Amino acid sequence: MKPLVPAILLAGLAAGCAGIMKSDAPTPEQVAAVLKASFKENGQAKLDRLDQDEAQRLCTEYQGKPLPKDVAERLERAQLSTVRYPADGKLLGDWKAGERIAQSGVGKQYSDDPKAVAGGNCYACHQLSKAEVSFGTIGPSLYRFGAQRGFTPEMQKYAYGKVFNADAFAACSSMPRFGHNGILTEQQMKDVVALLMDPESPVNK
Amino acid sequence: MRIALAAAAVLAASFAASAQQPPRTAVEEIERYRAALGDGNPAELWEARGEALWKEKRGPSGASLERCDLGLGAGVVKGAYTVLPKYFADSDKVEDLESRLVTCMVKLQGFSANEASKDPFGGPGKKVPMDALVAYITGQSRGMTMNVALEHPKMREAYELGRSIFFFRSGPHDFGCVTCHGSDNQRIRLQDLPNLTKTADAQRAYSTWPAYRVSQGEVRSFQWRLNDCFRQQRFPELSFISPASIALTTFLARNANGATFDAPSIKR
Repeated sequence: MKPLVPAILLAGLAAGCAGIMKSDAPTPEQVAAVLKASFKENGQAKLDRLDQDEAQRLCTEYQGKPLPKDVAERLERAQLSTVRYPADGKLLGDWKAGERIAQSGVGKQYSDDPKAVAGGNCYACHQLSKAEVSFGTIGPSLYRFGAQRGFTPEMQKYAYGKVFNADAFAACSSMPRFGHNGILTEQQMKDVVALLMDPESPVNK
Repeated sequence: MRIALAAAAVLAASFAASAQQPPRTAVEEIERYRAALGDGNPAELWEARGEALWKEKRGPSGASLERCDLGLGAGVVKGAYTVLPKYFADSDKVEDLESRLVTCMVKLQGFSANEASKDPFGGPGKKVPMDALVAYITGQSRGMTMNVALEHPKMREAYELGRSIFFFRSGPHDFGCVTCHGSDNQRIRLQDLPNLTKTADAQRAYSTWPAYRVSQGEVRSFQWRLNDCFRQQRFPELSFISPASIALTTFLARNANGATFDAPSIKR
């Protein structure tokens, strides 16, 4: 038994965790099996929500730490290829509708009516208009988003792409991929872009 | 009761006032509510009911739970919550408090496992034994130090599984526990979020559950806390005392070791 001790210590040090040994960590397959056995479907939330896509798998694997640069860039390229811009080429919707979407956290919870109009819940994580003081800080402040960056077509396109698939611009972003995962409709994403990019929007006042 | 009503009025008034004034953090509001209540906490009603249930002869066997081993030996309630979750040889499982209570209700009182676990959480007009028992037993660890041991291999296994689940991102929103609880000084709206990967935050968070939730008028257990987090993560529903729930609890409880346990508490 004795020769094992230094090897285990070294492994622990190499894994960068004191006390808890990395070798005890379950495989992704074991984690998936436990999760499948521990959750039950409820309304619109079926068990297939526990099946990870490639982005979710990678972001889980690195446990909240930054991905290596090449891995991150590959993931961002793959995610960028999923972004579908509106066929009519118009990215600016109605900022008033965008504000309602930003305020609403309805959608995709098993406690939500699946027929109800979903929201983006932007204020849960971001500051947007100055009037709304109940905002979260998981994401950066977006107050004066367009005013600071310029009301350009390029910035509109960036904003739309970011809302559609945040991982395309920052691998393993905490922000949901609203277009990619069908949380918001194309029109709703245009309305959110207007909230950020319309000079008349309270975000830019 | 008069104290509770007065406190509710103070709370309502302070929320109304906060619409015009610079917002206080939710934590500050709760501190004001606590101060208004003095030493009182409606959770005491659950604790009293739980103590009576613990001693009452119930179930097909007509036995009380007083011989239940919660981790410190048969019948020892004082301090038991500070060592949970724990590996139990008789069930050959890592068990948290709620799971252990179900085990004892089956073994000592003769309930079926289904009967013992069918009503895990109370709601409007529905008071359930589990909430009361949890309030009573956790209350008997108030002021004591969290001390979850990982010596048993199955505890280490549960801890590592819990860690993996903490970082597991999935569902339509790509959320995992880590999304909200992996960084310092974050908020959802005005609600402060503990960074559960850091000792001080993990201690503060874990040692204040279960809690009497002012907004719900219920004492909420740790199993409820996890269940409701996963609902907001847009996951399917976490099953009561499921292996994932106990593994995650093991991870979070162990990370809170050294904390002075201070629950049932009051939260918004």
